[in-house]
Amino acid sequence: MNDAFDLRIGESHIEVHKFHGGTILISVVFALVLQAFLPVYIPKAGILDLPLLITIYFGLSRRNPSTGLLLGTFIGLLQDSLSKTPLGLFGISKTIIGYLASSIGARLDTEHPLARFALTAAFFALHQGIVVLVQKLLLAESQPWFTTNLAIACLVNSILAVFLYFLLDRLRKT
Amino acid sequence: MVALPSRHRSLFLLTGVVLLQVLLLAIQIRKIDPKDESRSRLIRVWTVTAISPAERGGAWGVGRIRNIWRHYFALSDTARENEDLRRENGQLKLEVMQLQSKSSEADRLAALLNFKQTQGKVPMVVARVIGASADANSAVIYLDQGQREGIRRNMGVITPEGVVGKVIESFRDTSQVLLITDRDCGVGAMIADSRVHSPVAGLGEPLLDMKYVGNDDEAKVGDRVVTSGQDRIFPKDLPVGIITQVKPGSQYKQIRVRPSASIGKLEEVIVLLTTDPLQFKHDAPPTTIPAAAPTSGAPSASALPPSKPAEKLP
Repeated sequence: MNDAFDLRIGESHIEVHKFHGGTILISVVFALVLQAFLPVYIPKAGILDLPLLITIYFGLSRRNPSTGLLLGTFIGLLQDSLSKTPLGLFGISKTIIGYLASSIGARLDTEHPLARFALTAAFFALHQGIVVLVQKLLLAESQPWFTTNLAIACLVNSILAVFLYFLLDRLRKT
Repeated sequence: MVALPSRHRSLFLLTGVVLLQVLLLAIQIRKIDPKDESRSRLIRVWTVTAISPAERGGAWGVGRIRNIWRHYFALSDTARENEDLRRENGQLKLEVMQLQSKSSEADRLAALLNFKQTQGKVPMVVARVIGASADANSAVIYLDQGQREGIRRNMGVITPEGVVGKVIESFRDTSQVLLITDRDCGVGAMIADSRVHSPVAGLGEPLLDMKYVGNDDEAKVGDRVVTSGQDRIFPKDLPVGIITQVKPGSQYKQIRVRPSASIGKLEEVIVLLTTDPLQFKHDAPPTTIPAAAPTSGAPSASALPPSKPAEKLP
Protein backbone atom coordinates (compact mmCIF):
# COMPACT_ATOMS: atom_id res chain seq x y z
CA MET A 1 0.00 0.00 0.00
CA ASN A 2 1.28 3.42 -0.88
CA ASP A 3 2.22 5.71 1.97
CA ALA A 4 1.11 8.78 0.01
CA PHE A 5 -0.80 9.28 -3.18
CA ASP A 6 -2.15 12.10 -5.32
CA LEU A 7 -5.73 13.20 -5.74
CA ARG A 8 -6.11 14.87 -9.11
CA ILE A 9 -8.79 17.52 -9.09
CA GLY A 10 -8.64 19.48 -12.31
CA GLU A 11 -5.02 20.34 -12.80
CA SER A 12 -4.02 20.38 -9.13
CA HIS A 13 -2.12 17.64 -7.31
CA ILE A 14 -3.25 17.18 -3.70
CA GLU A 15 -1.22 14.77 -1.64
CA VAL A 16 -2.91 12.65 1.02
CA HIS A 17 -0.58 12.14 3.97
CA LYS A 18 -0.34 9.09 6.16
CA PHE A 19 1.10 8.80 9.62
CA HIS A 20 2.90 6.15 11.62
CA GLY A 21 0.63 3.82 13.58
CA GLY A 22 -0.83 5.35 16.74
CA THR A 23 0.31 8.89 15.85
CA ILE A 24 -3.20 10.30 15.68
CA LEU A 25 -4.36 8.64 18.92
CA ILE A 26 -1.24 9.68 20.82
CA SER A 27 -1.50 13.25 19.49
CA VAL A 28 -5.15 13.45 20.56
CA VAL A 29 -4.48 12.14 24.08
CA PHE A 30 -1.40 14.35 24.43
CA ALA A 31 -3.38 17.42 23.33
CA LEU A 32 -6.19 16.67 25.81
CA VAL A 33 -3.79 16.05 28.69
CA LEU A 34 -1.90 19.27 27.94
CA GLN A 35 -5.17 21.16 27.57
CA ALA A 36 -6.24 20.03 31.03
CA PHE A 37 -2.81 20.22 32.64
CA LEU A 38 -1.15 23.43 31.40
CA PRO A 39 -3.65 25.96 32.83
CA VAL A 40 -2.95 24.69 36.35
CA TYR A 41 0.58 26.03 36.15
CA ILE A 42 0.18 28.65 33.40
CA PRO A 43 -3.31 30.15 33.74
CA LYS A 44 -2.96 32.08 30.46
CA ALA A 45 -2.65 28.76 28.62
CA GLY A 46 -6.41 28.42 29.08
CA ILE A 47 -6.96 30.34 25.84
CA LEU A 48 -5.34 27.55 23.83
CA ASP A 49 -7.58 25.01 22.13
CA LEU A 50 -5.15 22.20 21.35
CA PRO A 51 -7.88 19.62 20.58
CA LEU A 52 -9.23 21.97 17.90
CA LEU A 53 -5.76 22.42 16.36
CA ILE A 54 -5.31 18.64 16.26
CA THR A 55 -8.72 18.22 14.61
CA ILE A 56 -7.87 20.80 11.96
CA TYR A 57 -4.39 19.43 11.28
CA PHE A 58 -5.40 15.81 10.78
CA GLY A 59 -8.45 16.91 8.80
CA LEU A 60 -6.32 18.95 6.44
CA SER A 61 -3.69 16.23 6.15
CA ARG A 62 -5.87 13.15 5.77
CA ARG A 63 -8.28 14.87 3.38
CA ASN A 64 -11.04 12.33 3.87
CA PRO A 65 -14.27 14.01 5.07
CA SER A 66 -15.64 10.85 6.69
CA THR A 67 -12.57 10.15 8.83
CA GLY A 68 -12.17 13.89 9.46
CA LEU A 69 -15.64 14.27 10.90
CA LEU A 70 -15.39 11.07 12.94
CA LEU A 71 -12.06 12.19 14.39
CA GLY A 72 -13.66 15.56 15.20
CA THR A 73 -16.54 13.79 16.95
CA PHE A 74 -14.16 11.64 18.98
CA ILE A 75 -12.00 14.58 20.07
CA GLY A 76 -15.01 16.80 20.78
CA LEU A 77 -16.75 14.23 22.95
CA LEU A 78 -13.55 13.59 24.92
CA GLN A 79 -13.15 17.33 25.43
CA ASP A 80 -16.78 17.55 26.58
CA SER A 81 -16.25 14.78 29.07
CA LEU A 82 -13.25 16.62 30.55
CA SER A 83 -15.29 19.80 30.88
CA LYS A 84 -18.53 20.58 32.65
CA THR A 85 -20.31 21.11 29.33
CA PRO A 86 -23.03 18.65 28.28
CA LEU A 87 -21.73 15.88 26.04
CA GLY A 88 -22.15 16.94 22.43
CA LEU A 89 -21.43 20.67 22.63
CA PHE A 90 -17.83 20.43 21.48
CA GLY A 91 -18.67 17.14 19.76
CA ILE A 92 -20.96 18.87 17.27
CA SER A 93 -18.64 21.80 16.63
CA LYS A 94 -15.55 19.65 16.14
CA THR A 95 -17.48 17.19 13.94
CA ILE A 96 -18.31 20.04 11.57
CA ILE A 97 -14.79 21.47 11.73
CA GLY A 98 -13.29 18.02 11.04
CA TYR A 99 -15.59 17.61 8.03
CA LEU A 100 -14.85 21.08 6.63
CA ALA A 101 -11.09 20.81 7.22
CA SER A 102 -10.98 17.49 5.37
CA SER A 103 -13.13 18.80 2.54
CA ILE A 104 -11.02 21.94 2.12
CA GLY A 105 -7.82 19.93 2.49
CA ALA A 106 -8.91 17.81 -0.47
CA ARG A 107 -9.30 20.87 -2.67
CA LEU A 108 -6.56 23.27 -1.63
CA ASP A 109 -2.87 23.11 -0.94
CA THR A 110 -2.66 23.70 2.80
CA GLU A 111 1.05 23.23 3.31
CA HIS A 112 2.08 26.89 3.22
CA PRO A 113 2.39 28.49 6.69
CA LEU A 114 0.30 31.51 5.65
CA ALA A 115 -2.47 29.28 4.34
CA ARG A 116 -2.38 27.28 7.57
CA PHE A 117 -2.50 30.46 9.67
CA ALA A 118 -5.51 31.81 7.74
CA LEU A 119 -7.36 28.49 7.74
CA THR A 120 -6.81 27.95 11.47
CA ALA A 121 -8.05 31.48 12.24
CA ALA A 122 -11.15 30.89 10.09
CA PHE A 123 -11.82 27.48 11.64
CA PHE A 124 -11.32 28.87 15.16
CA ALA A 125 -13.87 31.62 14.53
CA LEU A 126 -16.29 29.14 12.93
CA HIS A 127 -15.82 26.69 15.83
CA GLN A 128 -16.60 29.42 18.34
CA GLY A 129 -19.62 30.44 16.27
CA ILE A 130 -20.98 26.89 16.26
CA VAL A 131 -20.41 26.51 20.02
CA VAL A 132 -22.28 29.76 20.73
CA LEU A 133 -25.06 28.81 18.30
CA VAL A 134 -25.54 25.41 19.96
CA GLN A 135 -25.49 27.05 23.40
CA LYS A 136 -28.10 29.59 22.36
CA LEU A 137 -30.39 27.28 20.38
CA LEU A 138 -30.14 23.98 22.22
CA LEU A 139 -29.04 24.90 25.73
CA ALA A 140 -30.76 28.30 26.07
CA GLU A 141 -27.55 29.85 27.41
CA SER A 142 -26.62 33.38 26.50
CA GLN A 143 -23.06 33.65 25.27
CA PRO A 144 -21.40 36.56 23.46
CA TRP A 145 -20.60 36.03 19.77
CA PHE A 146 -17.46 38.09 19.99
CA THR A 147 -15.16 39.33 22.76
CA THR A 148 -11.67 40.79 22.74
CA ASN A 149 -10.43 37.68 24.53
CA LEU A 150 -11.78 35.51 21.73
CA ALA A 151 -9.99 37.62 19.12
CA ILE A 152 -6.74 37.28 21.06
CA ALA A 153 -7.33 33.53 21.48
CA CYS A 154 -7.95 33.23 17.72
CA LEU A 155 -4.68 35.01 16.93
CA VAL A 156 -2.64 33.05 19.51
CA ASN A 157 -4.05 29.70 18.42
CA SER A 158 -3.41 30.48 14.75
CA ILE A 159 0.21 31.43 15.41
CA LEU A 160 0.72 28.34 17.57
CA ALA A 161 -0.87 26.22 14.85
CA VAL A 162 1.81 27.16 12.31
CA PHE A 163 4.55 25.83 14.60
CA LEU A 164 2.53 22.86 15.87
CA TYR A 165 1.67 21.75 12.33
CA PHE A 166 5.33 22.01 11.40
CA LEU A 167 6.20 19.65 14.27
CA LEU A 168 3.36 17.28 13.36
CA ASP A 169 4.61 17.22 9.74
CA ARG A 170 7.69 15.41 11.10
CA LEU A 171 5.43 12.50 12.13
CA ARG A 172 4.28 11.85 8.57
CA LYS A 173 5.37 8.75 6.74
CA THR A 174 7.92 9.75 4.12
CA MET B 1 -31.45 -0.23 -2.88
CA VAL B 2 -30.36 3.19 -4.13
CA ALA B 3 -26.59 3.63 -4.01
CA LEU B 4 -25.37 6.98 -2.71
CA PRO B 5 -22.72 8.84 -4.70
CA SER B 6 -19.47 8.66 -2.74
CA ARG B 7 -19.19 12.46 -2.52
CA HIS B 8 -22.57 12.57 -0.75
CA ARG B 9 -21.81 9.72 1.60
CA SER B 10 -19.72 11.85 3.95
CA LEU B 11 -22.40 14.55 3.95
CA PHE B 12 -24.98 11.99 5.08
CA LEU B 13 -22.55 10.74 7.70
CA LEU B 14 -22.02 14.32 8.92
CA THR B 15 -25.76 14.89 9.18
CA GLY B 16 -26.25 11.62 11.04
CA VAL B 17 -23.43 12.20 13.52
CA VAL B 18 -24.53 15.78 14.25
CA LEU B 19 -28.16 14.68 14.72
CA LEU B 20 -27.06 11.93 17.10
CA GLN B 21 -25.17 14.46 19.19
CA VAL B 22 -28.15 16.84 19.17
CA LEU B 23 -30.20 13.94 20.55
CA LEU B 24 -27.49 13.29 23.14
CA LEU B 25 -27.70 16.94 24.20
CA ALA B 26 -31.50 16.74 24.33
CA ILE B 27 -31.37 13.65 26.56
CA GLN B 28 -29.06 15.43 28.99
CA ILE B 29 -31.20 18.58 29.06
CA ARG B 30 -34.41 16.56 29.51
CA LYS B 31 -33.17 15.14 32.79
CA ILE B 32 -35.26 16.43 35.64
CA ASP B 33 -33.65 14.51 38.46
CA PRO B 34 -30.08 15.81 38.81
CA LYS B 35 -29.05 12.58 40.55
CA ASP B 36 -29.85 10.55 37.44
CA GLU B 37 -26.70 11.12 35.46
CA SER B 38 -25.85 7.56 34.55
CA ARG B 39 -26.29 8.09 30.80
CA SER B 40 -23.79 10.91 30.44
CA ARG B 41 -21.66 9.99 33.43
CA LEU B 42 -20.23 6.79 32.00
CA ILE B 43 -18.19 8.41 29.23
CA ARG B 44 -16.99 11.06 31.68
CA VAL B 45 -15.81 8.36 34.10
CA TRP B 46 -13.93 6.61 31.29
CA THR B 47 -12.28 9.78 30.06
CA VAL B 48 -11.35 11.09 33.49
CA THR B 49 -10.03 7.65 34.46
CA ALA B 50 -7.92 7.56 31.31
CA ILE B 51 -6.62 11.12 31.51
CA SER B 52 -6.17 11.63 35.27
CA PRO B 53 -3.15 9.26 35.62
CA ALA B 54 -1.31 11.38 33.05
CA GLU B 55 -2.32 14.56 34.87
CA ARG B 56 -1.35 13.02 38.20
CA GLY B 57 2.01 12.01 36.71
CA GLY B 58 2.50 15.48 35.28
CA ALA B 59 1.66 17.13 38.58
CA TRP B 60 4.02 14.74 40.35
CA GLY B 61 6.77 15.49 37.81
CA VAL B 62 6.32 19.24 38.08
CA GLY B 63 6.28 18.94 41.86
CA ARG B 64 9.49 16.90 41.84
CA ILE B 65 11.29 19.30 39.53
CA ARG B 66 10.14 22.24 41.62
CA ASN B 67 11.21 20.54 44.84
CA ILE B 68 14.63 19.68 43.43
CA TRP B 69 15.08 23.27 42.34
CA ARG B 70 13.93 24.71 45.65
CA HIS B 71 15.79 22.29 47.86
CA TYR B 72 19.07 21.84 46.03
CA PHE B 73 19.61 24.90 43.90
CA ALA B 74 17.76 27.67 45.68
CA LEU B 75 18.82 27.94 49.33
CA SER B 76 17.97 24.43 50.43
CA ASP B 77 17.37 25.05 54.16
CA THR B 78 15.57 28.35 53.76
CA ALA B 79 13.23 26.96 51.15
CA ARG B 80 12.28 23.96 53.27
CA GLU B 81 11.81 26.06 56.39
CA ASN B 82 9.79 28.56 54.41
CA GLU B 83 7.55 25.81 53.09
CA ASP B 84 6.93 24.46 56.62
CA LEU B 85 6.18 27.93 57.91
CA ARG B 86 3.81 28.59 55.02
CA ARG B 87 1.95 25.35 55.71
CA GLU B 88 1.75 26.13 59.42
CA ASN B 89 0.68 29.68 58.64
CA GLY B 90 -2.11 28.36 56.44
CA GLN B 91 -3.34 26.06 59.21
CA LEU B 92 -3.15 28.86 61.78
CA LYS B 93 -5.04 31.22 59.48
CA LEU B 94 -7.77 28.66 59.14
CA GLU B 95 -7.94 28.12 62.91
CA VAL B 96 -7.98 31.86 63.59
CA MET B 97 -10.70 32.26 60.99
CA GLN B 98 -12.84 29.59 62.65
CA LEU B 99 -12.19 30.97 66.14
CA GLN B 100 -13.04 34.50 65.03
CA SER B 101 -16.17 33.20 63.39
CA LYS B 102 -17.26 31.31 66.49
CA SER B 103 -16.38 34.17 68.80
CA SER B 104 -18.17 36.84 66.82
CA GLU B 105 -21.19 34.62 66.37
CA ALA B 106 -21.34 33.92 70.07
CA ASP B 107 -21.18 37.64 70.81
CA ARG B 108 -23.36 39.02 68.07
CA LEU B 109 -25.85 36.47 66.80
CA ALA B 110 -26.50 34.65 70.05
CA ALA B 111 -27.54 37.95 71.59
CA LEU B 112 -29.45 39.34 68.63
CA LEU B 113 -30.97 36.29 67.04
CA ASN B 114 -31.21 33.81 69.93
CA PHE B 115 -28.66 31.61 68.30
CA LYS B 116 -26.53 29.35 70.41
CA GLN B 117 -23.21 27.96 69.46
CA THR B 118 -23.76 26.96 65.87
CA GLN B 119 -20.89 25.15 64.44
CA GLY B 120 -18.64 22.28 65.36
CA LYS B 121 -15.33 21.52 63.79
CA VAL B 122 -15.82 20.78 60.11
CA PRO B 123 -14.08 17.63 58.81
CA MET B 124 -11.86 18.39 55.83
CA VAL B 125 -9.29 16.88 53.49
CA VAL B 126 -6.37 18.49 51.70
CA ALA B 127 -6.19 17.81 47.94
CA ARG B 128 -3.77 18.71 45.19
CA VAL B 129 -4.93 20.35 41.95
CA ILE B 130 -3.96 18.04 39.08
CA GLY B 131 -5.85 19.46 36.13
CA ALA B 132 -8.12 22.11 34.71
CA SER B 133 -11.07 22.16 32.34
CA ALA B 134 -10.47 21.22 28.73
CA ASP B 135 -12.90 24.01 27.88
CA ALA B 136 -11.51 27.54 28.06
CA ASN B 137 -14.96 28.96 28.83
CA SER B 138 -15.52 27.05 32.06
CA ALA B 139 -13.62 27.43 35.31
CA VAL B 140 -13.19 23.86 36.49
CA ILE B 141 -10.29 22.09 38.21
CA TYR B 142 -9.57 18.46 39.01
CA LEU B 143 -8.33 17.27 42.42
CA ASP B 144 -6.30 14.17 43.22
CA GLN B 145 -8.76 13.01 45.91
CA GLY B 146 -12.19 11.52 45.30
CA GLN B 147 -14.86 9.25 46.71
CA ARG B 148 -12.30 7.12 48.56
CA GLU B 149 -11.48 10.14 50.74
CA GLY B 150 -15.16 10.84 51.32
CA ILE B 151 -15.54 13.62 48.75
CA ARG B 152 -19.07 13.95 47.36
CA ARG B 153 -20.96 16.35 45.11
CA ASN B 154 -21.77 19.83 46.45
CA MET B 155 -19.03 19.83 49.06
CA GLY B 156 -17.33 23.16 49.58
CA VAL B 157 -13.73 23.76 48.51
CA ILE B 158 -11.63 26.45 50.17
CA THR B 159 -8.08 27.60 50.80
CA PRO B 160 -6.93 29.35 53.98
CA GLU B 161 -7.44 32.60 52.05
CA GLY B 162 -11.08 31.98 51.20
CA VAL B 163 -13.74 30.21 49.18
CA VAL B 164 -12.63 28.43 45.99
CA GLY B 165 -15.72 26.61 44.68
CA LYS B 166 -17.72 23.44 45.07
CA VAL B 167 -17.41 19.81 44.02
CA ILE B 168 -19.64 19.10 41.01
CA GLU B 169 -18.51 15.55 40.28
CA SER B 170 -16.73 12.97 42.37
CA PHE B 171 -14.96 9.93 40.96
CA ARG B 172 -13.04 7.15 42.76
CA ASP B 173 -9.70 8.98 43.08
CA THR B 174 -10.48 12.27 41.40
CA SER B 175 -13.02 15.01 41.79
CA GLN B 176 -14.16 17.92 39.63
CA VAL B 177 -14.56 21.35 41.23
CA LEU B 178 -16.50 24.28 39.80
CA LEU B 179 -14.65 27.48 40.71
CA ILE B 180 -16.57 30.50 42.03
CA THR B 181 -15.44 32.48 38.99
CA ASP B 182 -17.46 30.23 36.68
CA ARG B 183 -20.68 31.78 35.41
CA ASP B 184 -22.67 28.76 36.67
CA CYS B 185 -21.36 28.98 40.24
CA GLY B 186 -22.94 30.83 43.13
CA VAL B 187 -22.22 31.20 46.84
CA GLY B 188 -24.51 32.40 49.62
CA ALA B 189 -22.77 35.51 50.92
CA MET B 190 -23.11 38.73 52.85
CA ILE B 191 -21.18 41.92 53.40
CA ALA B 192 -19.20 41.42 56.61
CA ASP B 193 -19.80 44.83 58.20
CA SER B 194 -23.35 45.68 57.15
CA ARG B 195 -24.55 42.00 57.19
CA VAL B 196 -26.44 42.62 53.93
CA HIS B 197 -27.17 39.20 52.38
CA SER B 198 -26.84 38.50 48.68
CA PRO B 199 -25.59 35.58 46.59
CA VAL B 200 -22.26 36.08 44.84
CA ALA B 201 -21.94 34.57 41.39
CA GLY B 202 -19.17 34.05 38.88
CA LEU B 203 -19.04 35.93 35.60
CA GLY B 204 -16.53 33.82 33.69
CA GLU B 205 -13.85 36.41 34.48
CA PRO B 206 -11.57 37.11 37.48
CA LEU B 207 -14.14 39.27 39.34
CA LEU B 208 -17.41 38.07 40.91
CA ASP B 209 -20.85 39.65 40.81
CA MET B 210 -22.82 40.42 43.99
CA LYS B 211 -26.29 40.35 42.56
CA TYR B 212 -29.02 41.51 44.85
CA VAL B 213 -27.85 44.35 47.08
CA GLY B 214 -30.54 47.02 46.99
CA ASN B 215 -29.69 50.61 46.13
CA ASP B 216 -30.57 51.61 49.70
CA ASP B 217 -28.32 48.97 51.29
CA GLU B 218 -24.90 49.85 52.55
CA ALA B 219 -22.00 48.63 50.40
CA LYS B 220 -18.76 50.36 49.60
CA VAL B 221 -15.46 49.61 47.92
CA GLY B 222 -13.13 47.75 50.27
CA ASP B 223 -15.90 46.00 52.22
CA ARG B 224 -15.24 42.35 52.97
CA VAL B 225 -17.67 39.77 51.61
CA VAL B 226 -18.04 36.54 53.60
CA THR B 227 -20.15 33.42 53.30
CA SER B 228 -23.60 33.65 54.82
CA GLY B 229 -23.90 29.94 55.55
CA GLN B 230 -27.32 29.84 53.93
CA ASP B 231 -26.22 27.68 51.03
CA ARG B 232 -25.55 24.70 53.36
CA ILE B 233 -22.19 24.18 51.66
CA PHE B 234 -19.86 26.69 53.30
CA PRO B 235 -19.69 27.51 57.01
CA LYS B 236 -20.52 31.07 57.92
CA ASP B 237 -17.98 33.90 57.77
CA LEU B 238 -15.45 32.34 55.40
CA PRO B 239 -13.90 35.09 53.27
CA VAL B 240 -15.30 35.26 49.74
CA GLY B 241 -13.67 38.47 48.54
CA ILE B 242 -13.33 42.24 48.69
CA ILE B 243 -15.69 44.67 46.97
CA THR B 244 -13.77 46.50 44.25
CA GLN B 245 -16.56 48.32 42.43
CA VAL B 246 -20.00 49.64 43.41
CA LYS B 247 -22.35 51.31 40.93
CA PRO B 248 -26.02 52.19 41.39
CA GLY B 249 -28.38 50.09 39.24
CA SER B 250 -32.07 50.26 38.40
CA GLN B 251 -33.11 48.19 41.42
CA TYR B 252 -29.93 46.64 42.76
CA LYS B 253 -26.40 47.93 42.99
CA GLN B 254 -23.88 46.60 40.50
CA ILE B 255 -21.15 45.21 42.72
CA ARG B 256 -17.95 43.51 41.67
CA VAL B 257 -15.99 41.41 44.14
CA ARG B 258 -12.36 40.29 43.89
CA PRO B 259 -12.04 36.72 45.25
CA SER B 260 -9.94 36.35 48.40
CA ALA B 261 -8.49 33.03 47.20
CA SER B 262 -5.92 33.13 44.41
CA ILE B 263 -8.16 31.33 41.94
CA GLY B 264 -5.60 31.46 39.13
CA LYS B 265 -2.78 29.97 41.22
CA LEU B 266 -4.39 27.06 43.01
CA GLU B 267 -2.14 24.11 43.77
CA GLU B 268 -3.56 22.70 46.99
CA VAL B 269 -7.05 23.17 48.36
CA ILE B 270 -9.17 22.02 51.29
CA VAL B 271 -12.40 20.12 50.72
CA LEU B 272 -15.00 20.47 53.48
CA LEU B 273 -16.20 16.91 53.98
CA THR B 274 -19.82 17.69 54.62
CA THR B 275 -22.69 19.10 52.66
CA ASP B 276 -24.44 20.21 55.82
CA PRO B 277 -21.90 22.14 57.86
CA LEU B 278 -24.28 24.49 59.64
CA GLN B 279 -26.19 23.02 62.53
CA PHE B 280 -28.15 25.84 64.06
CA LYS B 281 -29.97 25.28 67.29
CA HIS B 282 -32.91 27.63 67.14
CA ASP B 283 -34.36 28.87 70.38
CA ALA B 284 -36.93 30.78 68.40
CA PRO B 285 -38.79 29.72 65.24
CA PRO B 286 -36.80 30.39 62.07
CA THR B 287 -39.36 32.89 60.85
CA THR B 288 -38.39 35.26 63.63
CA ILE B 289 -34.78 35.45 62.50
CA PRO B 290 -34.32 38.57 60.44
CA ALA B 291 -30.78 37.75 59.37
CA ALA B 292 -31.97 34.72 57.46
CA ALA B 293 -34.36 36.78 55.38
CA PRO B 294 -33.31 38.66 52.25
CA THR B 295 -32.72 42.36 52.69
CA SER B 296 -34.79 45.19 51.30
CA GLY B 297 -36.70 43.38 48.64
CA ALA B 298 -33.79 41.30 47.45
CA PRO B 299 -34.90 37.91 46.15
CA SER B 300 -34.26 35.04 48.52
CA ALA B 301 -31.54 32.56 47.71
CA SER B 302 -34.16 29.92 47.07
CA ALA B 303 -35.49 32.05 44.21
CA LEU B 304 -32.38 31.32 42.19
CA PRO B 305 -32.41 28.76 39.39
CA PRO B 306 -32.43 25.12 40.53
CA SER B 307 -29.08 24.56 38.80
CA LYS B 308 -27.47 26.43 41.67
CA PRO B 309 -27.77 24.22 44.73
CA ALA B 310 -25.36 26.55 46.52
CA GLU B 311 -28.23 28.93 47.03
CA LYS B 312 -30.67 26.65 48.82
CA LEU B 313 -31.87 27.97 52.10
CA PRO B 314 -31.65 25.70 55.11
